[in-house]
Amino acid sequence: MTDAKPVLHLDDIVKTFPGVRALAGVSFSVMPGEVHALMGENGAGKSTLMKVLGGIYQPDGGAIYMGTDKVVMAGPLEAKAKGIVFIHQELSLAEELSVAENIYLGELPRKRFGRVDWATLTERTDAILKKLNVGFDAKTRVGELSIANQQMVEIARALTVDAKAVIFDEPTASLTDAEKTVLFDVISDLKSEGVGIIYISHRMEEIFKITDRVSILRDGQYQGTVATADTDEEAVTQMMIGRTLDLSRNASHHELGDVALEVRGLSCGKLYTDVSFEVRRGEVVGFYGLVGAGRTEIAETLFGLRDPSGGQILLDGQEVRIHSPADAIARGISLVPEDRKGQGLVLGMNCRDNMTLPQVDDLKAGPFVAEGAEVAIFDQYRDRLDIRTPGWKQQVGNLSGGNQQKIVIGKWLSMHPNVLIVDEPTRGIDVGSKSEIHKLLRELAAQGYAVMVISSEMPEVLHISDRIVAMYSGQITRTFTSDEVTEDNLIQAISGIKSGQAA
Amino acid sequence: MATLTKKQIGGVLARQGILIAFAVFILVFTIANPKFLSVDNLFSVVRSSAILGVMALGVTFVVISGNLDLSVGSMMSFSTIVVLDLHDQIGPFLAIPAMFAMTMCLGAFIGFLVGYLRLNSLIVTLGMLSAIHGLTLTYSGGQNMDIADKEGTWFSVFGQGAALGIPVPILIFAGLAALLGIVLAKTAFGRKVYAVGGNGTAATFSGIKRARTVFTCYVISAACVATAGLIQASRSLGSQNTVGQGLELEVLAAVILGGASLLGGSGTIFKTVIGVLILGFIQNGLLLMGLQFYVQFVVTWVIIILAVWLDIAAKRGKLWSPIA
Ligand SMILES: Nc1ncnc2c1ncn2[C@@H]1O[C@H](COP(=O)(O)OP(=O)(O)OP(=O)(O)O)[C@@H](O)[C@H]1O
Ligand SMILES: [Mg+2]
Repeated sequence: MTDAKPVLHLDDIVKTFPGVRALAGVSFSVMPGEVHALMGENGAGKSTLMKVLGGIYQPDGGAIYMGTDKVVMAGPLEAKAKGIVFIHQELSLAEELSVAENIYLGELPRKRFGRVDWATLTERTDAILKKLNVGFDAKTRVGELSIANQQMVEIARALTVDAKAVIFDEPTASLTDAEKTVLFDVISDLKSEGVGIIYISHRMEEIFKITDRVSILRDGQYQGTVATADTDEEAVTQMMIGRTLDLSRNASHHELGDVALEVRGLSCGKLYTDVSFEVRRGEVVGFYGLVGAGRTEIAETLFGLRDPSGGQILLDGQEVRIHSPADAIARGISLVPEDRKGQGLVLGMNCRDNMTLPQVDDLKAGPFVAEGAEVAIFDQYRDRLDIRTPGWKQQVGNLSGGNQQKIVIGKWLSMHPNVLIVDEPTRGIDVGSKSEIHKLLRELAAQGYAVMVISSEMPEVLHISDRIVAMYSGQITRTFTSDEVTEDNLIQAISGIKSGQAA
Repeated sequence: MATLTKKQIGGVLARQGILIAFAVFILVFTIANPKFLSVDNLFSVVRSSAILGVMALGVTFVVISGNLDLSVGSMMSFSTIVVLDLHDQIGPFLAIPAMFAMTMCLGAFIGFLVGYLRLNSLIVTLGMLSAIHGLTLTYSGGQNMDIADKEGTWFSVFGQGAALGIPVPILIFAGLAALLGIVLAKTAFGRKVYAVGGNGTAATFSGIKRARTVFTCYVISAACVATAGLIQASRSLGSQNTVGQGLELEVLAAVILGGASLLGGSGTIFKTVIGVLILGFIQNGLLLMGLQFYVQFVVTWVIIILAVWLDIAAKRGKLWSPIA
């Protein structure tokens, strides 16, 4: 970067919310053709800064420059018109509309008399989708797509305008490795066209793979910018959270107890077939596989959200039928669901009430809810999970993405379940808290809980599991102990290549 | 510093928008007619709002749970007619519980359709609006219903009586508001109502029985309607088949004026009471200003829309915004 002018410069941006100073004077610039990472803990202010840039929030102080001009982003449309494309952390699609309509929302190609030109629309959309190499077409209804594919639709939107800067706010949180590769290709295309890219992610390996520089925020304060090539994970972590982390693989094993959960020949239509496994008290079993391998569906069956078409579920050796989540909860099963916004939280409700929702019937003081007990539970898990919020009264919708996820985790941990199922537990969670949550899950197992972890992140599965169940299109291909497992044989197992067949 | 204070004012406005609008209305009406703020007039406003208010309390539950109830007007006619008829047939002692049971069965039926069968509440309750009207007409044979011995019954106490100088309808409204306010704010059931209306899927994932919660809301709403019917019947001791006609919209307006969201998940009993009073004061104020009652219809709605707009504008921090 010699004497090139930045495409974008943020100068001393300040933004406060009631009770929170989200940004306390942040400045940084993005060069053309640069991938600039923005890192920081959950609630550090990354999304807020980007929303200021995208015209969604007005800053309380500071200025935005594009090239040498000072600009004011009065609203999202204006930001888009100026060439700033924002791919949000939380999806913002119209589920009832088609993929094409979503991508061109507000700018649908027209024929005479204002009629929508469907042919052109479909053609243009399919061209973009082809570039993204996705398995759906322009006419698919967005509501039918998986979260990962919805994310791809968001990304496709970015490719429709003549962008000067593109902001990706945790785009890979729900993408598979294959989809990630496509995304990175898209980013490198944009880069070669001279577009400035801001990339927010908690995943270190991505940061070091694709970014040129890293800027770091901590509690709304700008900590500095470093060239990615001149730094390493440890240094970045140090700047983000002020300490370093132990990222080694799980070595300790607990004393295993009785089998808490056993599944025999369980099937659910075409979603998964003939699945058998067991989880003992004191054990963490990781479920690894591609999206669509049927792991979430198994979890949903165990939690009473789906009826199995065959097979048995045994809890503590007794065969059970689980008809509803209420049933599952009564039997001591907890599920941290995959989709925090849709399934995990009531966004308009405050933090405390969200956290105690499953046990609100049990926290009684006479005929009333025991609010004191609720606050105690909230305080305990806020401290344990390091949830950043001005207080329990804050609406969950106002928390940062990662802190929202922690509320969901706290909600289910506070139920003290016998069987804890977590589906993508650390999606969107920063490195520091992630290792805290991993530690917590191991501790819970040590206390005698049976823990099932579903994750699409290989390091996570390798890090916390005692055993790993590998799945491929609805079937278990292999079960590993933590001594047998290697990255290679795990990848083989989830790609449907049977062991021994390779030679 | 100046900007800070401006922002603080904005914050207060945002939180208390509807209360401020309320204060402004009272001020304007008082200036227009000083009688407006007299104790007598205040009492008369609250008394005439009591029937609407009692119904609005129940509808608040339904709206917070994310549904609508447009059947409350015709259901109230039903209750009134039934209790008047049974009064002469089996005596007031039995007539009242019998009427409550019948009305609550209607509520349970709606609750079953909306809660357990997951049918759209707008369609269901709109259908019930005419179905119950038909039921009432069938019951009464289209005749007005009157109590034979209007002088000799203690039944008039609910609509015409007073205790400690306070009219009974006001006492019923206040008591029920306090009771339901506590249920909604302080009990596990109340919490579930908010959760189901805020995000039904997440509520289900938290082990809350969504269908049962919605069902219960409709039964509560029907119980409130029965209470309103009782007050109405007791006040006039005779009634037409259409006495509750159109009340469903006024009730909904009061609930929304109070700030409950039609999308569900927000609102409180206290706010609904404020909404009811605003509506009552507006109508009374217009009456004192000597407006014809049909002009009142128009002005009432203009004022309602104005109030809601001010409320939203205060929340947004500006009067107009292209994106909500
Ligand atoms: N609308 C809002 N109202 C009140 N507080 C808010 C609002 N939006 C954000 N905040 C607060 O501002 C802070 C910064 O949030 P932000 O979403 O920018 O964090 P983030 O760095 O993106 O975190 P994450 O990695 O978890 O996504 C948080 O403390 C959050 O609670
Ligand atoms: Mg964020």
